[in-house]
Amino acid sequence: MVAVSQHESIVQLEQRRRAYSLLTILVVVLILVTGYTQAESMNSGGFLTGLRQFFDYPGDILEEAWAEGWAFWGIVWGFLPALVETLNIAATATILGGVLAMVFAFLSTRSLDVWPPLIPVSRRLMDVMRAFPELILALFLIFVLGASSVPAMIAVAFHTIGALGKLFSEVNENIDRRPVEGLQAVGASWLQRLRFGVLPQVLPNYTSYFLMRFEINVRASAILGFVGAGGLGAELRRTIGWGSGEETAALLLLLFASIMVIDQVSGMVRRGLVTGTLRAKRVPA
Amino acid sequence: MSTPPAPLAFPLAFPLAFDADAVMARHVDAVRHVRRGSLIGLAGLLAVLAYLVYAWFAFDIPRLIATAEPQRAVLLATDAVAHKVHVTKGLRNPGFEVAVEGERTATYDTPPAWVEADTAGDRVIVDLGDGYSARIDGAVLTLTGPDTAPIRVEATDRGVRIDYRGARPDWVTEGVNVKTGSLVKFEARPSIDKRVQVTRSKIEIHRYFFGWENFWFPFDSPLHGLSLGALVELALSGDRIDPDRSNVATIFDTFWSNPEWQHRTVFIALLETVLMAVLGTLTAAFVGLPLAFAAAHTFNRIAVIRFALRRLFDFLRGIDMLIWSLIFIRAFGLGPLTGALAIAFTDTGTLGKLFSETLENIDRKQVEGVQATGANRWQRYRFGVIPQILPVFVSQGLYYLESNMRSATVIGALGAGGIGLVLVETMRTSRDWENTLYIIILTILLVVAMDALSGWLRRRLIQG
Repeated sequence: MVAVSQHESIVQLEQRRRAYSLLTILVVVLILVTGYTQAESMNSGGFLTGLRQFFDYPGDILEEAWAEGWAFWGIVWGFLPALVETLNIAATATILGGVLAMVFAFLSTRSLDVWPPLIPVSRRLMDVMRAFPELILALFLIFVLGASSVPAMIAVAFHTIGALGKLFSEVNENIDRRPVEGLQAVGASWLQRLRFGVLPQVLPNYTSYFLMRFEINVRASAILGFVGAGGLGAELRRTIGWGSGEETAALLLLLFASIMVIDQVSGMVRRGLVTGTLRAKRVPA
Repeated sequence: MSTPPAPLAFPLAFPLAFDADAVMARHVDAVRHVRRGSLIGLAGLLAVLAYLVYAWFAFDIPRLIATAEPQRAVLLATDAVAHKVHVTKGLRNPGFEVAVEGERTATYDTPPAWVEADTAGDRVIVDLGDGYSARIDGAVLTLTGPDTAPIRVEATDRGVRIDYRGARPDWVTEGVNVKTGSLVKFEARPSIDKRVQVTRSKIEIHRYFFGWENFWFPFDSPLHGLSLGALVELALSGDRIDPDRSNVATIFDTFWSNPEWQHRTVFIALLETVLMAVLGTLTAAFVGLPLAFAAAHTFNRIAVIRFALRRLFDFLRGIDMLIWSLIFIRAFGLGPLTGALAIAFTDTGTLGKLFSETLENIDRKQVEGVQATGANRWQRYRFGVIPQILPVFVSQGLYYLESNMRSATVIGALGAGGIGLVLVETMRTSRDWENTLYIIILTILLVVAMDALSGWLRRRLIQG
């Protein structure tokens, strides 16, 4: 009897689940269909005509780049300073944002004996910094500071504090308290406990998130260049405006190649950090 | 790095006697190890500092500090929360008017109480607040303040003639024609909320007031200036303002098509941005999932396809949203479809890679359990695999939705449309910063609302 009623309740549960899944799928399909219909009607160009033209632009700029022959690589070489500028924006923003994110993360972790009222304050601050759209801050700073790389850098760094701060504080929440307690037992100060008890535990994860963020920030800096900050984006805006296909192709190639390289290298390093191969090398036997 | 206790220091059994020498020997090792760690850390820190010093000069911070215009921030902040009323006396094209933001559609028929003027505008007294007042007699302006001698400025055919009758205050700037060396412009800004300008063609007085003017209804509409109570009364009353429509429709329509604030345009732009983010993310998630199955070695034995799909994911991600947007803008023109496709293409790569990694790490036991009951391939996927990856699918999908909300504003600014483009255009014309602030507030509210919604959905879907 018990088994039968249990079976019935399981079947009921399963049926309800199926009803829910079906409903979810229906809602998603509905959103997609109405959304795309609506989006197409709002778009200035239609989907089908656009599809036919899809390869026109990439084709055009490739053709122009091909026509340059070997001189194309000279153009690519000429844009290296722009690439360096974009990478500088991303790197500086990630470093400054990362350092401040560490401060915020330590201030918002319950298990690290900070002054309790500070915890919700720093958490809300991180939420605000994460939610604030980079574009708005960048445009505002461009207006005040003039068009240069620095507004983009500050805007990206600001967002990085919020995004990395949240990830860092999650890492902090999961540390092993015992080394910290051991250090406290031998009379270590708060800073010493942080340095010898906490940092060694969290640094590998921090590095992994840091590299991930750097990759995201390279993309963000390139885009912000387009609205007035310097670097690859600014050059792209100029070459597209002038209709100079071979230069556009060179810039796109640089952006694509650098993102690929950073992506692969950071992926490799991160895998190493997580599986502990890099870590094992540094610890003497 | 914590030092692992050297296992060889302790023989198989825990020593009963306290071996001080062994501890000391390990102590030396431990200290050396910690010191080495500190040195590596210090070197890393120094390298970062050196890089930052390089960046300081690469970004040319000293020049930036020299050329920054912090007063622009003050100006922007003031203008964003205040509106100004222009009192203009034309000299070359004779005329006199008092208008909000100097707009022809927002001209006062009878000047407000702080402006005393005869109908022709030959004799005008403007109360500027804080004890300042300006008086216009024909082409002569007299500015009096609480602690400065009256300043008399006369607009002549060739420029302006200024008579200070005392020390020249530091809030006055004079404009000089570089060629002739004659004074052509007088400008006084005793405080941030008042400003007086005299050139030979006109005398203009600005006074700032706190608040957003004409936010609800245009200045020249019959609804302008009505209180909320009066509006409700009007909405409920049977006497129609416009005989063809109900009063509620008239009130809404007047608000919606307000030419200065453009509520309708802004709303549609917000909708476009939401459409881009939602459609892009949903498409990426639902295209990425089946591709992820085909790219995971646990589900696809054909290595060539797996390799090709992996490279496809890398390619889609590597092209980056910026490049995709540029290509799609060329092909599909301006609009939400363009943005949605750019987001969908980039994130199919990201989500596909992420899902396939998750699929390779699932627990085989659940699949085998389902297989043991005689389930076929699709049933194994449905009951053995999907339940395991659903939390990752949902939480990552929602996380990307949040992030794409912000991305959609940015690619909008590149030219795909939506609120990003409206924002850039409003800022570029920078006519009225209150409009910009209005759009910024709405954008932030939208992003925060999407974050809250996705957080709520995540909690519901993953626990339920």
